[in-house]
This record gives sequence, C-alpha cells and structure tokens, in this order.
Amino acid sequence: MSDQTGPKIPLPRIDEESRGYWEACARGELYVQQCGDCRLLRHYPRALCPDCLSSEVQWQRCTGKGRVYTFTVVHQNQSSGFREMVPYVLAYVELDEGVRMLTNIVECKADSVKIGMPVVVRFNDFGGGVSLPHFVPVKAKRRRRSRG
Amino acid sequence: MSGLDDAAIVGVFEHPTRWAPDKTQFQIHAESARGALDDAGLSIRDVDGLLSSGLSPIGIMALAEHLNLQPRYHDSTNIGGSTFVAQVLHAAAAISAGLCEVALITYGSKASSDRFAVGTGGLSGGDPPDQFEAPYGPTVMNSYAMVAQRHMHEFGTTAEQLAEVAVTIRRHASLNPVAKFRDPITVDDVLASRVVSSPLHLLDCCIITDGGGAVVVAKSDRVRDSRKEPVRILGGAEALRHTSAGKRDLLKIAAAQSGPMAMAMAGIEHADVDMCMIYDSFTITVLSTLENLGFCKLGEGGDFVSGGRIGLGGELPINTDGGGLSSNHPGMRGIFLVIEAVKQLRGECGARQVDDCSTVLCHGTGGMLGLRHSGVTLVLGRR
Repeated sequence: MSDQTGPKIPLPRIDEESRGYWEACARGELYVQQCGDCRLLRHYPRALCPDCLSSEVQWQRCTGKGRVYTFTVVHQNQSSGFREMVPYVLAYVELDEGVRMLTNIVECKADSVKIGMPVVVRFNDFGGGVSLPHFVPVKAKRRRRSRG
Repeated sequence: MSGLDDAAIVGVFEHPTRWAPDKTQFQIHAESARGALDDAGLSIRDVDGLLSSGLSPIGIMALAEHLNLQPRYHDSTNIGGSTFVAQVLHAAAAISAGLCEVALITYGSKASSDRFAVGTGGLSGGDPPDQFEAPYGPTVMNSYAMVAQRHMHEFGTTAEQLAEVAVTIRRHASLNPVAKFRDPITVDDVLASRVVSSPLHLLDCCIITDGGGAVVVAKSDRVRDSRKEPVRILGGAEALRHTSAGKRDLLKIAAAQSGPMAMAMAGIEHADVDMCMIYDSFTITVLSTLENLGFCKLGEGGDFVSGGRIGLGGELPINTDGGGLSSNHPGMRGIFLVIEAVKQLRGECGARQVDDCSTVLCHGTGGMLGLRHSGVTLVLGRR
C-alpha cells in the first residue's frame, strides 16, 4: 500500500470475510462476531461459524475494554518495520466480552505491562483506510482526598 | 497391536554437518539418504516411498528427480518442525496398507549458511488469520515467550527452572562429538544472556545450524535384510492447536491430545518410558510438553525439570544428543528426535547411552506455540 503511514509493518490483507471488521476499525469501533444459531462468540471474524457452520452472523460492538492475558517484550525481530520498533509489546488481550485477540500494548513503558492489567482499545491510523486496534493501559483514577 | 506392526525403522543417519556453505540443500538430502540406506543395508533402488518436507510447494517431485526415484508413495506434509515425526507414522501406515515397502524420509537445510531467520523473522503468510496477527509483529520465538509468561503467572514457574532445561541439555551435548555447542553452561549463564523476548533469554532458545538426516522405514518381511536391529513403531498420534476462535488456553498444547492417544496405541504407561526425545525449540517447549504428555501435572513442570530428573542418570532422561538447544537446529528438527531414539534403542550412543533403553517416547512440536502449532507423539521400542 503506497499511502501507508508510520512504520512499514505488514498491514492486513482485507478480504471478503474480514472487510466488516476492518471497516469498523477505520471508524474507531471494535466488533466481534456471534453465531446467530449456536451463539458462539468468535474472534477473528469469518463467514461461517467454526462450531456449527451456520452462516448466520451477528456483529457485536465491543466496549473496547479488556485485560492482558499474556504478553512478551520483544527485543529481536528481523523483519522490516519491527526491526526498527524493538522493544515492543506483543500481547493477547482478553476482551470484556470474553474472547482473546492478539495486539500490541502501546503508549506505555514496556516493563510496566503485567498480566491482568486493565487496558482499553486505541485505534492507530496507518493510512489507506487501515486502522489497527492497539491497546493502552487504563489510567488509574487519582483518588480524591475526601477527608472531613 | 498398533496397526503399524507391518513396518519397522531399519536405518537412520544424522548428517554431521552444522555449517555447509559448500553444499546444496538437495546434496544434504542425498548424503543423508546414502547414510541411512547404508545403515539399513539397503540400496537407493529398493526405495519405493519418498517422504520429505521443508521443500518448495511441489518440491517433492524435484527431490524425486534429484535422487532419480519413481516412488509409488510420497508425502510432503508441512506442519513445521514436527513433520518428520509424523512422516514416520505416515510411512508406517502406507507400508501397513500395502502402498509401498521401503520408505525413505529425508531432510536437508542450510538455515545457518543461508542466514535464514528461523525464529525471529516476521509472518508473511496470506492465510485468513494472518491479517489479525502479522501487523502486531509475532515471530516463532515470541509466540513461545507468551506461553512462558503465562506459565510463570499461573504457576509461579521461574526463569531458573526454565534455565535448568538448557543446562541439562547442554550437559548432554558435551557428550556428543558432533554437537555444535559442547561447553557446559550454568543457570546463571542462561539468566545472564540477553533477553530476546521476555521472559526468554538467548540461551532459552534453540540454536540455528545447517544440517539434515534420513530415516528408512521398511515392511517387516524386508526387515530381515537389514543390517541393524529393527526398531518397532509401537504407537503414534498427531494433533493441531490454534487460537480456537479466541478461546484457547495457551497452556494446553497439542501434546495433551497426541500423547495419551499414542501411549494407548502402544499399550504403555508413563513408567514404561525409559527416555524422551522432546522438541526443544525453547526451554518452555520442553516444560510444557512434559506437562501436557502427563509426565507431571499442569503447573508442575518447573519442579519436574529440576533436580537432575531429566538428565542422564535421572528418572527420565531427555534429549541425550544435546537437542536443538545445543546440538543442531536447521529449522525443522523432528527427524533428529527419531534418529537419536533409534540409536539409543540400539545401544549405539556411547558416553550418552541410557542404560537398558527399550522404550522411547518422541514428541515433536511445530509452528508457533502461542498461535498455531502441531504436536506429534511417537512411541518406539525394541523388537
């Protein structure tokens, strides 16, 4: 994609089964799919339910909130884009809706990331109509002093 | 009775090279084929089944051409590093079904001299799941690192316990004259090596070498021609794991499925296993595989690999050749699990020989443990 902005990482090759997901991302919205028949919630999106092969798809908008299920601070990746980006945090985030997705934890110190840490989605525009859902730590609310 | 009784492993050869810029990949295949057929006392003209992997998409035909073979059975499965373990099963099944009589499995790779980034290159695939992964920078190595991180979180597994695996396997490599790295290391050495993808250090990761090998599987009534004691294929099973539509528990790996099935087919219990050959792409691979095979409970792997239990002289020696962590890893190591198992069963291992070795369990892991991976368990025994 010639109008790619930011680091030259491999951007998604959007296809017929994934277009709805990526178009929503470009609008700043995160969706998962639910089977209209067996109700299985699934990520990544696909046309047929992998449990019952039903074509009945319902898109469910996510709150964008979740927790870090696991992560790694990557210090070595020889492919272009990431070679210049190290160290970066690769993680699975478990969404509040109950499914896990691979992502990056961004806008924080790599060594501050912990399993179980609450995170929220942050869409980053890479040009050409592609926005990637990344996650950032939920800032702990500063407690107001309420004495007296 | 395994249904695979019509076949046995009659020849093996591990190519001694670890650095072969002066050879081609197919030359390593051919030299390995020559070694394994010599070991079996068979000729290339006896071969009517050809199995290989790590080739171009239809490269099995080019390999047949290079060896001037006209096989009536062929297989170029690719499920990553475990492939060659699976191909022993495929060869045995084909022989038992009458599809061929002498099956040759070959491997050759120049991962090191071609400077191929086996573990730290990016994903470039165009399969549907890749678009949800590749933009975030997964590699083989960091997919295993995420499993290690979760294991530490859930069970309190320590970096020292993971390091024990690397230290033990290096000690075994010191007894193998062709192993690439033979100088002993300590837990402190592992912890002092640089972090490549947290929590994995450099010495938690397999090495990269050139190399190759071959295995000959033959029909039982051809076995009497063989020069060495044939090795029986007692049981085996394959499994695949993936992200399960976003629901997978990363600590439950393919071995949990293939292990019990292979052991049931072989009619053995854990106590019957004299040693294991466990794919050691990373220290976490070994720890997680031993748990999922049922040698200990989930979460107890850290204790299990400590205290010398998995070393020579211990309760369950593993990877006596020095494994992928220290001996050789040209990208797809499964064939070396089978080769060392056969040599141990024949009593050919010299200083690293396991006493009275009569049953060996091999388990290959291929792919990316935290994304998609394969697991193949193979139980081998003396006749």
